[in-house]
Amino acid sequence: MDLYRSHVMVCGGTGCTSSGSVELIRLFEEGIGQAGLEKEVRVVRTGCFGLCEMGPIVIVYPEGAFYARITPENVDEIVQEHLLKGRIVKRLLVSDAVKEDDTIKSLDEVDFYKKQKRVALRNCGVVDPERIDEYIAFDGYKALAKALTEMQPQEVIDVVKASGLRGRGGAGFPTGTKWQFTRNAVGDKKYVCCNADEGDPGAFMDRSVLEGDPHAVIEAMALAAYAIGADQGYIYVRAEYPIAVKRLQIAIGQAREYGLLGKNILDTGFDFDLDIRLGAGAFVCGEETALMNSIEGKRGEPRPRPPFPANKGLFGKPTVLNNVETYANIAQIILNGADWFASMGTEKSKGTKVFALGGKINNTGLVEIPMGTTLREIIYDIGGGIPGGKAFKAAQTGGPSGGCIPVSCLDVSIDYDSLIEIGSMMGSGGMIVMDEDNCMVDIARFFLDFTVDESCGKCPPCRIGTRRMLEILERIVEGKGEEGDIEKLETLAKNIKAAALCGLGQTAPNPVLSTLQYFRDEYEAHIYEKRCPAGHCKSLLQYTIDEEKCTGCSLCSRICPVGAISGEVRKSFTIDQSKCIKCGACMEKCRFAAISRK
Amino acid sequence: MSIDRNGKGKAKFDQLQAFIEEMRLEPGALMPVMQKAQEIFGYLPEEVQRFVAEGLGVTLSEVYGVATFYSQFVLEEQGEHVIGVCMGTACYVKGSQAILDRLAGELKVEVGKTTPDGKFTLNATRCLGCCGLAPVMMIGDEVFGRLTPDDIPGIVAKFR
Repeated sequence: MDLYRSHVMVCGGTGCTSSGSVELIRLFEEGIGQAGLEKEVRVVRTGCFGLCEMGPIVIVYPEGAFYARITPENVDEIVQEHLLKGRIVKRLLVSDAVKEDDTIKSLDEVDFYKKQKRVALRNCGVVDPERIDEYIAFDGYKALAKALTEMQPQEVIDVVKASGLRGRGGAGFPTGTKWQFTRNAVGDKKYVCCNADEGDPGAFMDRSVLEGDPHAVIEAMALAAYAIGADQGYIYVRAEYPIAVKRLQIAIGQAREYGLLGKNILDTGFDFDLDIRLGAGAFVCGEETALMNSIEGKRGEPRPRPPFPANKGLFGKPTVLNNVETYANIAQIILNGADWFASMGTEKSKGTKVFALGGKINNTGLVEIPMGTTLREIIYDIGGGIPGGKAFKAAQTGGPSGGCIPVSCLDVSIDYDSLIEIGSMMGSGGMIVMDEDNCMVDIARFFLDFTVDESCGKCPPCRIGTRRMLEILERIVEGKGEEGDIEKLETLAKNIKAAALCGLGQTAPNPVLSTLQYFRDEYEAHIYEKRCPAGHCKSLLQYTIDEEKCTGCSLCSRICPVGAISGEVRKSFTIDQSKCIKCGACMEKCRFAAISRK
Repeated sequence: MSIDRNGKGKAKFDQLQAFIEEMRLEPGALMPVMQKAQEIFGYLPEEVQRFVAEGLGVTLSEVYGVATFYSQFVLEEQGEHVIGVCMGTACYVKGSQAILDRLAGELKVEVGKTTPDGKFTLNATRCLGCCGLAPVMMIGDEVFGRLTPDDIPGIVAKFR
């Protein structure tokens, strides 16, 4: 193997690829070639570093120089200065990376990473996901070798159980227990499945693991197969994730080539192979029984449970199904032991959790924190707070099944049970931050709109109930809310939760219930005062021109797309409220701040 | 585009037939076959659904049931450029509705429909997972991030 003195790691995750990292890789390779450094410096296209907000990101080792928002114009300077002359281009580093004494901080000292602990994401941004050798160099497939040669299947399950690992898809069921059920189930054939149908809007942890470290998932699935006695696995992945699918295909191919998948793995007589199945855009397929129907090539409708998949799953056979992030922890647990894993986190929630931090936050991106970290630490210490000097209003976790966490709960410990207690849930890891400009009634409407669209239609509480809730919410944001609406929402919510067939329906009312719990005053303002406190709901807004400030320049009347503004030049203008469509164009363009919105 | 399995579309049907042969014995082959069919034809007209049903020995109603269940399968021909505006939560709280409204106005087309000249199809999509670039849209395979409504006319002009 060739040795290089320096490595240029360029993020090849979806976020950075979207902001042009492929072109950067080409330019770096070209520049390094021209400088005659191709035998000394290697360019690596890695998985996600996490700080998507500052993408495209380039990290140069051995110094660990963290370059952010790199453009094609910067490449030549980095090649000439840093790679050729050894002078780090400090101007292009992430803003807090330069210390007062003008030296640079190592990666784990940068604010964004300081409080993080990367277990599931340990290889993301470190290895080239398209080269199995790099995974192996970082202890890859060592856990599989250890299990196959030194451990009985039951011992593997015992270690996973003792670690306290719980499902990272959101519900938090103990992983080892699930494996035990499937191992105990009677069946001539068993399956291992991976849920990579990451449907929660605003969640992209699983995709980043698949893109940055696909072998971690493959190795863990082989371990699960060994533990329960399966010889075939399926990864069900969203078709919307083309880069993840491609890297998985490459990884499976390489693993087969190395004899780590297929027949007689590592000469131990253990057989296991994997296939990929693509989703086709149905949120409900994240539900385990719906997902299995979909792999079988059917409509992705959930099945009643019991029987549980552990007894009757895919093709009617005992099946273990885990989420991508759950699998990403497994090999480390086998290698480092249950105690190591259980030493992180809280009493009932062990280990770490990855969150996709998004919305109104300075550092959008992917963060992995030990369980028990507070929401405040995530938002302010890691996330860098709210942009534009605005006030934090709520953080939404758990997607359409979760809830909104208000300011009063900022010190909540992030673990499964504490989040349920305050009316939200862990979910798969989307965390969307909202500020004072976001209307909580409209957010509830947004999620119900999503659920109504994604309800599979099999059971009436979900199919009809969520639609009735949406209709009420739509009326409220349009200013047509009536007395009794809140109570109707509460009754519907209670009944849907009790009667729906699957997790989608049972949790669909949560966004409404949690916003009612913490932001009831906003609902009341919409219904009784016909006012949107956040100034978001168009039907409840009114634009007016202040006669004192208006100079009569006529700019607004020329910009208004519907001719709602009239007046005499050099005198004052007025807005005809019956014509106004509340687009806000006039207010944006007025040079005298004479137009206001109420 | 012709969808006559013996006429101009024959080469495409032959390609699909070859894939069906390859997949026939796989358990759960229907979805991969339909995904391939959509890749080949761009959409799934009745004739193609019928062909898949016959090829795999399942009923047409089963094929139609799957085709209408999943949002990825489309039954109508798509525009030359398919625009998808992300309506994931992160994009929504950062104003993607205004982006979608502006596009609908600029292209004079309803969301979910194709322009009369067949140039553009405008869709509201699920989370594209580039939340760091919110609000985001895709035109074909190209991603446009950190958008404001005023960026729209310039971007659309490049594809006209």
